[in-house]
Amino acid sequence: MNGAALLSVEAVSVDLPTVRGNLRAVDQVDLHLAAGQTLGIVGESGCGKTMLSRAILQLLPKKAKLAGRVIFDGQDLAHCSAEALRKLRARSLAVVFQDPMTSLNPVLTIGTQLIETLQEHLELDAAAAKRRSGELLAAVGIPAPEQRLSQYPHQLSGGMRQRVAIAIALSCEPKLLIADEPTTALDVTIQAQILDLLAREQKRRHMAMIIITHDLGVVAGRTDDVAVMYAGRVVERAPTQALFKQMHMPYTEALLAAIPKLETAPHTPLPAISGRPPDPTRPLKGCSFSPRCRYAAGRCESEKPPLVPAEMAAHQYACFHPIRLAADATA
Amino acid sequence: MATLDLALEEEVVAALPARRKRRLGPVFWAAIAWMVFIFVAAIFADVLPLPSPTDMDMLNRRAPFSALHWLGTDGLGRDELARLVYGARISLIVGLGAPVIGVTIGGALGMLAGYFRGRFETLVVGSMDVLLAFPPLILALAVTAYLGQSILNLTCILGMLGIPAFMRVARAATLTLARREFVIAAQALGASHARILLRELLPNVMLPLLAFFLLGVAVIIVAEGALSFLGLGVPPPIASWGSMIGEGRESLDVAPQLAFLPAIAMFLTVLSFNLVGDTLRALTDPRQGAL
Amino acid sequence: MLGFVARRLLYLLPVLVAVSLLTFLIASLLPGDLAYVILGDQATPDKVAALRHDMGLDQPVLIRYLGWLWHILQGDFGRSFRTGQTVLQAVAERLPVSFELMILAELTGLVIGVPLAIVCAAKSGGAFDRFVTSTAFGMLSVPTFLSAILLIYLFAVELHLLPATGYVPFSEDPLGNLRFFVLPALTLALAEWPGIMRVLRSDMIATLQEDYIALARAKGLKPSRILFVHALKPSSLTLVTITGINIGRLIGGAVIVESIFALPGIGRLLVGAIYTRDLIILQGVVLLVAAGFVIMNFIVDMLYAVIDPRIRHGHA
Repeated sequence: MNGAALLSVEAVSVDLPTVRGNLRAVDQVDLHLAAGQTLGIVGESGCGKTMLSRAILQLLPKKAKLAGRVIFDGQDLAHCSAEALRKLRARSLAVVFQDPMTSLNPVLTIGTQLIETLQEHLELDAAAAKRRSGELLAAVGIPAPEQRLSQYPHQLSGGMRQRVAIAIALSCEPKLLIADEPTTALDVTIQAQILDLLAREQKRRHMAMIIITHDLGVVAGRTDDVAVMYAGRVVERAPTQALFKQMHMPYTEALLAAIPKLETAPHTPLPAISGRPPDPTRPLKGCSFSPRCRYAAGRCESEKPPLVPAEMAAHQYACFHPIRLAADATA
Repeated sequence: MATLDLALEEEVVAALPARRKRRLGPVFWAAIAWMVFIFVAAIFADVLPLPSPTDMDMLNRRAPFSALHWLGTDGLGRDELARLVYGARISLIVGLGAPVIGVTIGGALGMLAGYFRGRFETLVVGSMDVLLAFPPLILALAVTAYLGQSILNLTCILGMLGIPAFMRVARAATLTLARREFVIAAQALGASHARILLRELLPNVMLPLLAFFLLGVAVIIVAEGALSFLGLGVPPPIASWGSMIGEGRESLDVAPQLAFLPAIAMFLTVLSFNLVGDTLRALTDPRQGAL
Repeated sequence: MLGFVARRLLYLLPVLVAVSLLTFLIASLLPGDLAYVILGDQATPDKVAALRHDMGLDQPVLIRYLGWLWHILQGDFGRSFRTGQTVLQAVAERLPVSFELMILAELTGLVIGVPLAIVCAAKSGGAFDRFVTSTAFGMLSVPTFLSAILLIYLFAVELHLLPATGYVPFSEDPLGNLRFFVLPALTLALAEWPGIMRVLRSDMIATLQEDYIALARAKGLKPSRILFVHALKPSSLTLVTITGINIGRLIGGAVIVESIFALPGIGRLLVGAIYTRDLIILQGVVLLVAAGFVIMNFIVDMLYAVIDPRIRHGHA
């Protein structure tokens, strides 16, 4: 099932110089993604998941320093020429941002923003590009696509705009799509539709996908693997089913517990995680989660727990006091 | 940026280079040094060992640099260096006098308008708008034409033209400050309006006004220069950098230094005031700082 | 929206009236006497008194103002006693020249400022950016007449490339006409481009931080396209309005330039009127220019209001 990895993130770290010192946004992250697979990256705001996605896309802010390797389709993206990288975009690597109101250019028509991508990478002439754009909009479920081409982003609803963004991302048949919080800015009712759309298109095109979210619920059932991030590191990684069946890292457990469930009695207070993530400019010596962890003891504060495999090799966690390790082994 | 976690974004923005620190660098101090130099030269012009700026030596016109005349002579044989120094005096008298008028009257009006608000404010702002309706240079020209040319007239009219700008700065500063706690506290303690204005608001409004004042000096020096250049500023034979440039224009082909020496002096002076004023403005109101 | 326009219009009228009053009052502050000036060396007490009576100068200020205003509203701005032309005729003759100067100056300023702003924004913080920004700051300290002298020295005196003064109407000799405008327009442009450059650069730097630019990069579009199509368009709003304001403001700067380069425009008309004490022209021109200024500002205010809300919606 896991063929040669399409995407290999190897010991990637992102450092940002700030007035208060160096900010380590991403700390030695390893990831692997095979073609056609979906990876979910889950974490709170500020855990570095967006910086990680930017690192993969090579869209980091100018001041950021990237260490490690990002191997995509055999090429190290960090050491590609700018022109080679540019050609790679859209055709191999595509992205959908969180807020389609700000990720679509407000003064250009939907059509222009679709057609320019097609013309740049597929070298279609204007008429062919226009036709293809219409087809793309129809494929993502936008009614009356031809009319939309001459409209501006602010004339569409939030859900439709995100569909347009998805259409743009899919337009050149990329091998990997990174969706950064694709539904966070949308109404709850639309969220499921958009996620379904992404899943459907992914299967159809046999595309690899990374879904970045703070919501564990989003990754359940829609991803093959999940990586949980906290304070810039991956703290637990597993095939999705295995993770939900038994998580080992207290943080993951806390995340899951914080999701409101239908079965809970009404007016039950949500077990939110107390405290806040550590200041990224002042990293802790020990485990970053220890101040908030109810299992924290001794070693947790002085040493950083490494990622170690559980019984199932594909399931890794970074904790000195994992939850229920001995329990099950079967997937 | 929606996709970048908020906390991170603030960190990145804070990582922008601290250009503020660079402002007080050598360039700033060079500007201060020049300003001091000009001041000293202008104040002590009479005691400096210079030939008279009005003595004409008709046999020695447009002379090149020499031991007798360090910077040569102008079209009427007058010593260039002396005229430059006395020209500095004129530029500074008008350049400082006019903004003083502007900042006292405009500043006072602005503070009062921003503090008392209501109809008084509307009246003040409205009349400033009328004044601002006239292209300033044209108004200055027209008034000096009617009233005649003299240093006093020039200073007064240029001063008056500056009143709206100072009024705006003072009013804006007062509007923000008047809502702050220390004013409300003073009012609660029963302090009189005068006390609040003078002791609470004025010290705080003064800083932005000072920055603006320096910028105003630069503007006025240029305005006086322009008017004198056209022969409509300070009356001849008083030496002013502007009139010297105007006169030097005639000799551009044979003695370009006659136009360029006062030009350089004026440029350096205006630049210095602009630099210091801009730096001050950036320090006292960072959001409005120049790029 | 209509209410907004009506309110601003209502505010406009008192301002115009006040402007006319102020113009007239300045004239009546004359220490000398219009009659003396007109008669010159033919003045005797009797003649002066007679002329004053003829011209209605012996009436109270308010009456004279109202009379003058009445004439103005009928389109009669008075007649120059030097040239015999009516004020309106003189202005109509000169206006095209001033307009040509102002528009050419603003265009040249844009030609210099816009490309510089784009390059600086694209490479902001770099050596080129710092150099250009410092130069722009320095340029703001160079008065218009200084630039004029410098340019005249360089191009006319040393290089003999361009004429220092003179004018020929466009209809007579288009190429020659433009030649005469090169130095004057350039002089004014040198004062205009720093402002243009700053505004566009700052807007573009802000725009380049936007998400849609990041997405454009992620789409692998050519950098030039991102810069000129995606970034420039949303950033140009302020520039467009500033350009409008600038052209209006240039009237003041044009005065100096027209005098230096001997272009027969409104500014030169004004200065000439001052030199020759032609007070009727002076009064009329000041009023027209001031009124034009006020109306120009009013139009720009309206433009802001019209363009702003629509763009505000899309500009997050």
